[in-house]
Amino acid sequence: MTYALRSYEFWLTYYRRSWRGTLATSIVNPIFYLGALGIGLGTLVNRSGSTPEGVKYLAFVAPGVLAATAMQVAITEASWPVLGSIRWTRIYHAMLATPLQIRHIVLGHQGWMATRVISSCAVYLAVIAAFGAVHSWLAVFALPACFLIGLAFSAPMAAYAATRENDGAFVVVNRFAIIPMFLFSGTFFPVSRLPLVLRWVAYGTPSWHGVDLCRSLTLGRAHWGLSLLHVGYLAAWAAAGLLAALYTYRRRLMK
Amino acid sequence: MDAATQLPLVHARGLVKRFGDLVAVDGIDFDVQKGEAFGFLGPNGAGKSSTMRMIGCVSPPSDGTLRVLGLDPLKSGADIRARLGVVPQEDTLDMELTVRENMLIYGRYFGLPRKTVHERSERLLEFVQLEERVDSKVEPLSGGMKRRLTIARSLINDPNILLLDEPTTGLDPQARHVVWDRLHELKHGGATLLLTTHYMDEAEQLCDRLVVMDKAKIVAEGSPNELIRRYSTREVVELRFATDRPPDDLAARIDGLARRIETLSGRLLLYTDDGDRTAERVHELGVQAQSTLVRRSTLEDVFLHLTGRTLVDE
Repeated sequence: MTYALRSYEFWLTYYRRSWRGTLATSIVNPIFYLGALGIGLGTLVNRSGSTPEGVKYLAFVAPGVLAATAMQVAITEASWPVLGSIRWTRIYHAMLATPLQIRHIVLGHQGWMATRVISSCAVYLAVIAAFGAVHSWLAVFALPACFLIGLAFSAPMAAYAATRENDGAFVVVNRFAIIPMFLFSGTFFPVSRLPLVLRWVAYGTPSWHGVDLCRSLTLGRAHWGLSLLHVGYLAAWAAAGLLAALYTYRRRLMK
Repeated sequence: MDAATQLPLVHARGLVKRFGDLVAVDGIDFDVQKGEAFGFLGPNGAGKSSTMRMIGCVSPPSDGTLRVLGLDPLKSGADIRARLGVVPQEDTLDMELTVRENMLIYGRYFGLPRKTVHERSERLLEFVQLEERVDSKVEPLSGGMKRRLTIARSLINDPNILLLDEPTTGLDPQARHVVWDRLHELKHGGATLLLTTHYMDEAEQLCDRLVVMDKAKIVAEGSPNELIRRYSTREVVELRFATDRPPDDLAARIDGLARRIETLSGRLLLYTDDGDRTAERVHELGVQAQSTLVRRSTLEDVFLHLTGRTLVDE
């Protein structure tokens, strides 16, 4: 474990130069999103009389965007930085010339991605609370939930990125997997509004489980059974992703 | 001296590396002793870097025996790497961090305390003459400086063996000499160096002993002087011609003037023990070469003799 921390320490040092820029985006982004959706669009939705979950639209959409943020930060951190560490900066190769092993490189980097996810989501959660859209103290569990959502995406994405020769595939993943998940897995409207087949597709995505988990926590409507199902499903993606990453990293770096 | 200290630091028997159908290293044997500067000389694609990567425990051997520091890379890779210094062919420095940060981060990979890393980096950066650039970012440094930083970084764990893969490829002549100078210094300090190169002069400058690799196999082994004595002559007369091919009948006319004659594009090489005398006799025959050069034999000639090809494509 201390070995993985050494690789984590690299990412921390590396990030020290650019944290100001990321901090600004992670505060400004949620304000824009919540302002436009919760207040702008929300005014229209609220006026219609039948809001989803019977709460103001802002309180409905905010936890959805929180989960989506965890997903998007995780995907970004697990694509270019991973491929870059193999091909451009060759950081992984440098690590591999020392006592660090593949598992330490994977865990250290995943730990770093989780740090990025949690810090972005913490800022987001604070902004949501400031907008008055947090309805329950259960919301404190939304952060560990975001950690799990992040890992459920960062681990499989890193495993995939380690098999790529260039970044062309990342655009495809974004366009055909991440953006559809962002739009259709319950972030902006309940999946019950989807046609039956698509609804079941949505239930199969880790993002729906993440969105539903976050929402049930900030609205204070979480049930043990469903929450455990969400956690278990996300954990399964994370675990499978980590195993896959150990395999693809080894195949790529220790030819 | 007990038995353990007499073991070679690197020991390979029948070492093979395959990538699918491609055989990159085809059953090579060698031993590297403590305190030796040992070289792998050969053209690109000869299998040098693959061998280096196996020794560096980042590429599992496909077959054969390999022991590094007496340990098996397949079982003890991390333990071995903790005691190696690696200067890879392509820089793996972090361009956006400073010289000092690069040293610190790398030292931390080895689990060294910060204080130790700071002390060592100060000494090592001075050794590679970068003490005035410690707080500069790596990006703007010249190629030679980056290479020297990589060397300093590779020494942070006080390694038992230093692996250098093409240490001066891509550097200008002056920068190469500075790097050679630093490596000489390490050698005199008793370090064990393993290096690959496709430069003859580098091998002659730095190596106590070397193996010549060609097409995945070792074709000769010895000290630079031994190899020259065994596979070449003391001197070489080079006849250069303006046309691509020397006149057809020329080889026949000068046959017997040298121990061996190699015909290359635009030039003839005459291997002889007395270059001046051979050159004189060539001129007596009335051979009209554009220029005539008498030089000492080098590893390039050894390679040419062993493989029939020049080492670096011209």
